[in-house]
Amino acid sequence: MSTSSVSKGCFVFKPSAKKKKTLSLEDHFIHGCEGADESKTRFNLCQDLWDQIKTDTELLQDELNTKILDSLLDFTRKCSSTRQQSDWASHMRASEIPTAALVLGVNVPDHDMTFQSLSELLRQSVTPHVASVQAKECGALKHLIKRVLESTLCDWYTMNTKKSYSLTPGKKRSSPVKDDLQQPPIVIIFKDLEAFNARVLQDFILICSRYIERLPLMFIFGIATSPSTIQHMLPHSVSSLLCIELFQSLSCTQHLATVIDKLILTTHFPFKLNGKVMQVLISIFLYHDFSVRNFIKGVQLALLEHFHSQPLSVLCCRKKEALLNVMQLGHQDLERIRQLPSFKRYVEKQEPQEQEHLLTDDTHLKEVCRRLIKDLRKYHKHYYPTLRCLHTLTSSLPRYPLGKQIRELHLICLEKNVWENEEYQSAMKLLKMMAKDELISLLKKCAEILQHSKSKNMKSALLLLEAMLAKFKQLDTVVAEPPPPAEESITSPVKNLQKKMDLFQLQKALLEMNESRRSKKLSPFEVLRNEALQFIDSLVQSHLSPPESQTLYEVCYYSSSATVRRHLNAAPRTSIQAALNSPFYYLQNDRLKSEDGSVSNAAPDICIVYKLHLECGRLINLFDWLEAFATVVSAAEGNDPDSDSFGKVDDVKHARFIRAVSELEFLGFIKSTKQKTDHVARITWGGC
Amino acid sequence: MSALLQQPGYEEERLQTVSKKLPCREVQAGMLLSLMGQPHQYSYPSIFIYGHQSSGKSHVLNVLLKELELPHATVSFVECVSVALLFEQVLLSFFGCDAASLLPRSPSLSDFVRIYRQQSSQSPAKQTRYIVIEKAELLRDSDANLLPALLRLQELVEDNVTVILLSEIVWDRFRPNTGCFEPLLLHFPDYSKGELQHILAQDRNPSYSDEFYSAYINILLGVFYSVCRDLRELRHLAALNFSKFCEPLAEGKVKETDTHKLWRNIEPHLKKAMQTVYLREVSSLQWEQMQQMEEKENGAVRGLSAHTHVELPYYSKFLLIAAYLASFNPARTDKRFFVKHHGKIKKTNFLKKNEKTSNHLLGPKPFPLDRLLAIFYSVVDSRVAPTASIFSQISSLVTLQLLTQVSHGDQIDAPKYKCAVSMDFICAISRTVNFEIIKYLYDFL
Repeated sequence: MSTSSVSKGCFVFKPSAKKKKTLSLEDHFIHGCEGADESKTRFNLCQDLWDQIKTDTELLQDELNTKILDSLLDFTRKCSSTRQQSDWASHMRASEIPTAALVLGVNVPDHDMTFQSLSELLRQSVTPHVASVQAKECGALKHLIKRVLESTLCDWYTMNTKKSYSLTPGKKRSSPVKDDLQQPPIVIIFKDLEAFNARVLQDFILICSRYIERLPLMFIFGIATSPSTIQHMLPHSVSSLLCIELFQSLSCTQHLATVIDKLILTTHFPFKLNGKVMQVLISIFLYHDFSVRNFIKGVQLALLEHFHSQPLSVLCCRKKEALLNVMQLGHQDLERIRQLPSFKRYVEKQEPQEQEHLLTDDTHLKEVCRRLIKDLRKYHKHYYPTLRCLHTLTSSLPRYPLGKQIRELHLICLEKNVWENEEYQSAMKLLKMMAKDELISLLKKCAEILQHSKSKNMKSALLLLEAMLAKFKQLDTVVAEPPPPAEESITSPVKNLQKKMDLFQLQKALLEMNESRRSKKLSPFEVLRNEALQFIDSLVQSHLSPPESQTLYEVCYYSSSATVRRHLNAAPRTSIQAALNSPFYYLQNDRLKSEDGSVSNAAPDICIVYKLHLECGRLINLFDWLEAFATVVSAAEGNDPDSDSFGKVDDVKHARFIRAVSELEFLGFIKSTKQKTDHVARITWGGC
Repeated sequence: MSALLQQPGYEEERLQTVSKKLPCREVQAGMLLSLMGQPHQYSYPSIFIYGHQSSGKSHVLNVLLKELELPHATVSFVECVSVALLFEQVLLSFFGCDAASLLPRSPSLSDFVRIYRQQSSQSPAKQTRYIVIEKAELLRDSDANLLPALLRLQELVEDNVTVILLSEIVWDRFRPNTGCFEPLLLHFPDYSKGELQHILAQDRNPSYSDEFYSAYINILLGVFYSVCRDLRELRHLAALNFSKFCEPLAEGKVKETDTHKLWRNIEPHLKKAMQTVYLREVSSLQWEQMQQMEEKENGAVRGLSAHTHVELPYYSKFLLIAAYLASFNPARTDKRFFVKHHGKIKKTNFLKKNEKTSNHLLGPKPFPLDRLLAIFYSVVDSRVAPTASIFSQISSLVTLQLLTQVSHGDQIDAPKYKCAVSMDFICAISRTVNFEIIKYLYDFL
C-alpha cells in the first residue's frame, strides 16, 4: 500500500470527542482510492484473491517440500529405532548424535516456511520435543541452552517429571529418562548454521554428546551454502561426535518455476501482470535474492496496487461476478472505460454508427463490455495452453532460441507478437529439421496439454492434432521402409550452418543444400511435418498475441513496473539525493518549485548547504561555506540586498548552518579532516 | 602385566578390580594413588593432569574414585556456562541439595567459599574430598580469580579437599600473569601401539575367538595407527568394520586362522574407510548401509566435501568476485585493471618489495566497502543502481561466511571486509557468469 494513503487517511479525521478509531486495513485501502464508491467491493475482491493465492502457494510449498521432509522424517525415525538395538556392534561403536545436514540454498528468507512445516510435521508424527534455534538468539552458549530447554523441555518436564529437581542442565535432562524405551527423540533444529558462532556450537555439541547415551538427541542443521561448511566450523574432534547425513532440497529456480507455473500461467486467477512488471519481479529474483517468498510478496504488492489505483478493477474477478459488476457500473466508470486506450482502439475499428452508440449509449456500452470481458477470458483460456505447447516444442531445441524456461517465452509473448520475432523464425526452422520420433513425442506432449483445456477452440485444435498424429502413425505402417537417408543429408548441413565457418565454406554448404533439395522431392513425412508445423504456427498466430492487443486488458493487467520497482528495490541513495536536490519532490510546497533545477532559497537549510557544497572541491572551507549560506538565507528572508546587515552571520544563522552541516555529515556526504584546519572533506564525487 | 596397585588404607580387593579396569595405566594410577595418600590424610591441594584426547585421564580418575568410594564431584567445565553451575555441582555432591540451594542467584566465589566452610564445619571431611574438573582449559576464559582460587581451595575452605584439573594443554599455557599456587603436574602419555592393541583386543565379539579378534585389531592398527591414536575413534572404527572382516568367514571361504587372506580382503576396505567414514565425509550409518550393498553398486554415496557448488544470485556472484579481487590485488593496482586508459605499468618497478610475493600466499587482505563497490560497478557488465538490495546482499554474504567483516560491528560508516572463499570456488563462480577472473588478478599477470 502506498504511503500516501496513510497520510491522507490520518488527516480525514476531525478532532472529536469520540474515541479515536484505529484504522482497519479496509479504511486504509479506501481512503487513498480513486472512485471511493466501489472501493469497498474492490477491497473485498482484492482480499479474496490474495487469500486464495496465499493458500494456493502454501499448498504448493508443502507439496514441494514433502519429498525432502519425508526423507528427513524417515531419518529421524530410523535414528530413534537404531539406538534401541543392543547387539555387540552398536554397543561397541561410539554413540554419535544423529545429524541431518539440510542444504536449502542461499534464499534464506524462504527457509522459515520450510522449517515451520518441518517442525510441525515432526511434532505430528515423530516427537513432541522439537526446538528450533536461530543464530541471532544464541550469541552465547548460555542462551543457546536456554532456548533449547525452553522450547523442548517445558512440556516434557511437566509431563514426565515432577519428581526430580536439580539445576544443572545436564542433570535435568538425564534423570527422568531411563524407564521407558520407546522414547521420542529430542530434535534440535539449527536454522542458520553459518551464522552460528563456531565456538558456541562446538561447546554445545560437546555437552550434548556427554548425554547422548541417556538422551535421544538429534540435530538438524539448516545450511545455506554447502555442506563443507560443517567441516569448516567444526574440528574433527567435534565432528566425530556426529553422524551426519546429507539432505538436498529443491533448488530455488525450480521452486520459482513451479510457482510461476501454478500462479501466473493459469486462468485460475483473473489478476495478471504485464510484461514489464513480470520482468521486474523476475529480475529481482534472479539478480538479487533468489527468494520465492519475496517474489510472491511482489505479486501481492502488484495486486494491491492494481485494485487500489485502477477503479475498473471491479471487473477483475470471476466471470459471473464480473458480468454482474458490469451491469452495476455507474456513468463515471463507463466514462473511464471510454477513456481506456484499448477501448478507444476498439471503437475506432467499428462502424461510425456503432461508434456513436458506444460513446453515448450507456446501456449499449454495458452490453458490449460484457461481451468484451467474455472475450478476454476466452483469450486467456487459449493463451496458456498454446504457450505451453510452443514451450514444449521449443524448449529442447539447440541453443534455446525461445528460452529454456517457460517464463522466458511468456515474457517474449507478453511483449510483442511472438511470431514476428527472429528467434521464433529460427526456432521454426529448427523444428522443420526435426527427426520423426522426436517430433512425434513432442506433438504427443502438446496433445496432452491441449486435453486439459476445456474451451471449444482448443478442443478442435486437439482433434486436428490427433488426426495429424494418426497420419504420422500411418506413415509408419503403410510405408514400411525406413525414412530415407537423404533426410539426414539435408538436416546435417543445416546443423552445420549453426557452427562458425568462413564465407567460402558457407557458400559451399548452401549450394550443396540447394542441390540436394532440388534433387529430392519432399517425402510424405516431410509434407506432414510441414503441415504440422503450419498448424502450430497458425495456433500461435491466433492465440499468442500480446495482451495489450486485447480490448479492456487494463482491467486485469497491472502495468506500473516503476511502482513495483520503487517499492521492492529501493534506492536509498538516490532518494536522498533527490530530496536534497529538489525538495519539492517530497515536500510538495509550491514555494519550493523551481524550473531550472536550482534550489530555491526558501528550501530547507540542509538543501541549501548541500547545493553549496556541490560547488566545492574535495576540501571545503567552513567559513566560506558559512558566508555563502548566510547570503542565500538572507535573500530568502527578503532582506534588502543593499542594507548593511545583508549576508551578515548572526547567531541564529550560525546555529542553523552548524545543524545543517552536521546533518550532512550524518548522511555521509562530508567528514571532518585533519589535513587542513577549518576544512571538511567531501566524501562524494560530482557536482561541479 | 598387572603390576599391582598398592597403597595402605584401601582394601586389597578393590585395588585389584581397579587395576583390572585400568589396563596400561597402572603407572599413572599408582602415582595418583600415592599422591592421594590414605583416605583420611590430607592430600596435595591441587593436581594438574594433562595428556592428549582419550589417553585415559577421566577414565582413570572415575574408576579410582568410584571403585574406592571416595567422596568426589566431577564436573566438565564445558557445561559450566556460568560458574554458578560449578559451585552447585560441588556443593550438591558433597553436602546434598540443601547446601546447593543456599547459593544466592549468580553467586560469587566468596559466596561459594562461605557456604562451603559453613557446611564443612557441620560435617567435616573424614576422607579427602576430590573435585575433578574436566576440560580445565576453559577455566582460562572464565573469571580471572577462579583458577588461582581453585588451586588453593584447601587453604580457603580449611577442609581436606583436593582439586584435580584435567586438560589437553600443558600447564605453561595456564599460568596466570599474576602468578599462582603451582599444582602438581602429572602427564598421561599417549598409548603405544602395543597398548592400544592390548586394550582394543579386550572388547572382543563374544561369538569369535580371542586370537581372531586380536588379529583383526592388529590389521586395523596397521592401517589406522599412522593417522589416528584416539582410542575412542579406533574402537568405533573397529566396530564398524568388523562385520566386513568376518564376511569371508561366514561364506566359508576362509578359516579363522588364515590371517593373510583375511588381511587381503579387509585392507582395501579399511583404506577406504580412512578416507570416508573416519573423516566423517560419510556418516557411520551410511557406511554400514554401503557395506551391505557394496556388491551391487560401488561408491554411490558422495562425501560431504564433494558438494561445494553454491548457487548465488547474479549480483551476489559479482559482489563476491569484486570482493575477491579487492582482497587479493594491491589497492594501487586497481587503476591498472579498472581504468580504461591506464597507460602501461611495469610489474617490477611498480610495486614495493613486500608486494612482490604472491598475494595468494599471504592470504586475503581487508578492504573498505567503498573499494568493493567501486570494483563491483566496473566489473558488472550492466549499469546497476545502488539499491538497498545490493547492500543487503553484502550483509547476507557475510552471514553466509563467504565474506567476513573485519572491522568492529558498530563501526557503521566505514566497514571493512575480507573475502573468505578459495581460488577454486571463485573460479567456478566466475565461470558461470563468463568472467575471466584470472585476467584481473595481479598474481597471475
